[in-house]
Amino acid sequence: MSILCIAEHDNQNLKPVTRVVIQAASEIGGDVALLVAGSDCRGVAEQAAAIPGISRVLLADDPQYTHHLAEPMADLVAQAGSDCSHILAAHTTTGKNFTPRVAAKLDVAQISDITGVTGEDTFQRPIYAGNAIATVRSKDPIKVISVRGTGFDAVEGEAGPAPIEDYAGGAASGDSEFVGEELGQSERPELTSAGVVISGGRGMQNGENFKLLEGIADKLGAAIGASRAAVDAGFVPNDMQVGQTGKIVAPELYIAVGISGAIQHLAGMKDSKVIVAINKDEEAPIFQVADYGLVADLFKALPEFEESL
Amino acid sequence: MKALVPVKRVVDANVKVQVKSDGSGIDLANVKMAVNPFCEIAVEEALRLREKGLVEEVIAVSVGPTVCQEQLRNCLALGADRAILVEAPDNLQPITIAKVLKAVHERETPGLVIFGKQSIDGDNSQTGPMFAALTGLPQGTFASQVTIEDGNCEVVREVDGGLQTVRISMPAVITTDLRLNEPRYASLPNIMKAKKKPMDVLSLEELGVEDREHIEILSVVPPPQREAGIKVESVEELVDKLRNEAKVIA
Repeated sequence: MSILCIAEHDNQNLKPVTRVVIQAASEIGGDVALLVAGSDCRGVAEQAAAIPGISRVLLADDPQYTHHLAEPMADLVAQAGSDCSHILAAHTTTGKNFTPRVAAKLDVAQISDITGVTGEDTFQRPIYAGNAIATVRSKDPIKVISVRGTGFDAVEGEAGPAPIEDYAGGAASGDSEFVGEELGQSERPELTSAGVVISGGRGMQNGENFKLLEGIADKLGAAIGASRAAVDAGFVPNDMQVGQTGKIVAPELYIAVGISGAIQHLAGMKDSKVIVAINKDEEAPIFQVADYGLVADLFKALPEFEESL
Repeated sequence: MKALVPVKRVVDANVKVQVKSDGSGIDLANVKMAVNPFCEIAVEEALRLREKGLVEEVIAVSVGPTVCQEQLRNCLALGADRAILVEAPDNLQPITIAKVLKAVHERETPGLVIFGKQSIDGDNSQTGPMFAALTGLPQGTFASQVTIEDGNCEVVREVDGGLQTVRISMPAVITTDLRLNEPRYASLPNIMKAKKKPMDVLSLEELGVEDREHIEILSVVPPPQREAGIKVESVEELVDKLRNEAKVIA
């Protein structure tokens, strides 16, 4: 077995989800190489080289990979992985963007968003917003896989550095170009890897009221999330959305405030260890998955909660 | 310019699905079906581009069993000009569907192909980018804004960190995210008119696509169920439980 994993990073820091992908690869078993593609990203390759379980790091350092656009990334990954048995990337918006292109180039299927490995060709993945778990067997010679960030524990620790080899992809095609980005700036932990997440829903009534969550988040070291209803209503930006089509989180503690609990939201958080729901409607479906439910007016409960922490 | 919009028939988003007791799949008997919500957004975007004069014809295409005609009629009622059904078994893999759509693309040569970013049944999020790779077209996935100018398409994409803008040459592939637009409802007169709009029916053989089995589904089971916990009476009790029982806060 020869597995190629794709590192996720911003050219400066390796993202924690990379260690989750490596864990999934190690459960498949075999030789694991990690591809770091970007520009001026040797530092990332050095961080990556210390992850236990990898035999080498391939460094594709070229301006065309700066923003991980799907077209050049897919060309590169399909080339680097063409003689591998498995290609694994994270099921993030970056991974989801290029992995299907890689699979199509290699004329194989993709297995999306896996949460379990039961053999070199057999995997678990949630379907229907997590309302069913499918076990699937791939019959393709190369298995192109995206890995759910909460599906596996991250590989921990550091190892003696694996060798870093320079790797060159083909020439850029030029039919897609990066124009700009607006990234959320936050001092708080990242939503998908935070130990505690506090999310607000339609019940927050407006964006200003999300401040009520901030004080609590600061005290708990929590990330702040939101339901689709809150994002659609323009209270908060899209990168805060937790759910089937937003981010999947599984923190130690998830606090849902003013969120009714549509199945699409539950799909994004029901694997959290402890779930707290605060909602004034005692019939809200969120209470069916909450370990601790508090039927209360959030505008009274939140200040009191912050005070008592 | 033509816009091609692939649409998928799926279980309605409001239905809570049940797994079959023999573990072979989801029980779809007598379940309400609908156009995949992301595909509806794709249809809406194509219609808006036509209303702006940037697109001349909107073609909805679906790959699946005969009953998919219902969803295609829905798209025609929303305003699509014509529809194509490629009759196929309902368990085709995204890679095969992408190949079918490539064959349709060769016949129609649209300037834009607008997909939903994922279907809410398989949750694969694959078909759009696979199609883009097979046709060699650039892609703008998870779009929350699409602007067409000077033969290029500028796409604002919803990414994990926030928003990213890319410029892609046309013809191009777009996949829609939730906030791209709010789909319209079909009016009664348009529903009536839709019955007369043309719908071509093609087969996999005609398009020269082979249905290869890439993936075998071994079992489908319900996820581990979470038990509802307890209701606490006050914030004070909540904090006490979190601190001393669940031990998740200090």
